[in-house]
Amino acid sequence: MAHALAVHALEKRYGSVEALKGVDLAVEEGELVGLLGPNGAGKSTLVKIAVGLVRATRGRAEVVGARAGSRAARAELGYLAELFRFPGWYTADEVLALHQRLTHSTGGAAERKRLLERVALADASDRRVDGMSKGMQQRLGIAQALIGSPRVLVLDEPTSALDPAGRRVVRVLLEELRSHGASVLLNSHLLSEIELVCDRVAILRAGEVVAAGSPAELSRPRGVELETDEGVRTVEGATREDAARLVAEAVAAGRRVYGVRVLTSTLEDTYLEAVGDEVS
Amino acid sequence: MSSVFTIAGYGFREAVRRKVFAVVVLLTAAFLALFWLANHYVFTRLSTISPPADVHVDTRTFAGAFLLGLAMFATLFLGVVLAVFLTLGVVTGDAERGLLQPLVVRPIGRSTLLLSRFLGAAAVCIVYVLAVYGIALAIIDLTGHWLPPSKVAPGLELAGGVVIVIALSILGSVVLSSTANGIAVFMLFGAGLTAGLLGTIGHALNSHSIEHASKVAAWALPFEALYQDGLRLISSDASGLTGFLLQLGPFGGAYVHGWGIRVWSAGYLCVALALALLAFSRRDL
Ligand SMILES: Nc1ncnc2c1ncn2[C@@H]1O[C@H](COP(=O)(O)OP(=O)(O)O)[C@@H](O)[C@H]1O
Ligand SMILES: [Mg+2]
Repeated sequence: MAHALAVHALEKRYGSVEALKGVDLAVEEGELVGLLGPNGAGKSTLVKIAVGLVRATRGRAEVVGARAGSRAARAELGYLAELFRFPGWYTADEVLALHQRLTHSTGGAAERKRLLERVALADASDRRVDGMSKGMQQRLGIAQALIGSPRVLVLDEPTSALDPAGRRVVRVLLEELRSHGASVLLNSHLLSEIELVCDRVAILRAGEVVAAGSPAELSRPRGVELETDEGVRTVEGATREDAARLVAEAVAAGRRVYGVRVLTSTLEDTYLEAVGDEVS
Repeated sequence: MSSVFTIAGYGFREAVRRKVFAVVVLLTAAFLALFWLANHYVFTRLSTISPPADVHVDTRTFAGAFLLGLAMFATLFLGVVLAVFLTLGVVTGDAERGLLQPLVVRPIGRSTLLLSRFLGAAAVCIVYVLAVYGIALAIIDLTGHWLPPSKVAPGLELAGGVVIVIALSILGSVVLSSTANGIAVFMLFGAGLTAGLLGTIGHALNSHSIEHASKVAAWALPFEALYQDGLRLISSDASGLTGFLLQLGPFGGAYVHGWGIRVWSAGYLCVALALALLAFSRRDL
């Protein structure tokens, strides 16, 4: 079966800037994949190619088997751009109605009401966009991306303008989407968010995937640190299960044990290790 | 098809909100009021006017055609203003503001989207140009009891000229920011006027090379040629044709006319639109 979204050896040059240097990435049906990376890593470029806004310099991008940017591909997609705006004179309800017409959605007023409720904008349906906060506009953007229940959802920094409560709304929504089998590609620089909701994470740095795997794989134990009269020693690869045995062995060998610590690396450690000291 | 109406309506609503129509309606009302006043004074003092010696037509025809020629120029100018304001930021301007991206990723696609914006703007401008031209004709008829031999065709040619400007403005919007595009299109329009002016000068100086330059420019910017063709139509059965025509307005050289330029204009429009679609299809947003 076709991937929900896939890119192969994807390259993009903007003049002399190499934004993507051969990226492979796939989102399977029903999978929620997070794309992490510092600013300028190429996350937005990758999703813009996937949704057909930007042309790849080399390589392939497909959505449910259709060439990215083709009509068939666009019909399967819901997209929230990183930087977007809706016309200020439209109400929330009108924005959704416009996109219903453009997606040929037959959901009608019921769909609009349901989507506004899901992004906590139920009371704002008659509110004009230029009277909304950035966070409200972003939630409206998410509702817009969900019009017509697309099979593949591409969200570029969907929570960048949201407060903690707004982020929670989005997290709940993403979990709900996953339980309904939607496929999602989510760009973010918020590790905690990605860690909480994503099945798989790819870390992008300077246009290349430098780490990929499930959040659990990327935050795997790093060993056990033992402090004895000989000093501090780290046993690489050891886990929590090994801690008691390591202490017993040290004691049996006549060492005095002052402390033992199980080292686990968080996704954040992996991320920082992967992207180096680059400041986002 | 329904998407075409959706996008055309979207553009229309944007124009209403940006007060484009309010400005143009105000300018138009001011022009028509002045135009009525001018007609009123000219035709009540017709006996005091005498056409130039090289123009062999009666005074009423001379005055009527002269005033209508001015009205046609004003209509073209106002139509171009409307056209430019409706379309100057259709691609780059809207993309820079982030308005375009959510629409482009929808199934409608880029070509239909751009054509819808073109059709919406064209529909508005055609109605506008024909209305202003029609009102100007009515004013001349009411105040001076004169009508040109050809009544409808000049209005259609003005509308055609404005539609060409829309296509150029949309093409420009693919590669230029709103401000740069607005300036570029008005400069093209100005270049067209200069071509007409050159024709007038060339005639006055009896210089064939200047006339030739004017002709080349009119073919290159056929909205000007269509306007010139329209001027010719409002005076088509008058004698002393060229000399008479050149008095109609400073910007009407009236050397370029006939079916050749009309067909050329239609082809030019298609090429400009095709280039806009091609450029848009390849543009990163
Ligand atoms: N339209 C553009 N023109 C030129 N360079 C661009 C353009 N868009 C992005 N870039 C460059 O490409 C690189 C990747 O950008 P982007 O994909 O936006 O990164 P991210 O979303 O990870 O922050 C950056 O160096 C950025 O400056
Ligand atoms: Mg980005």
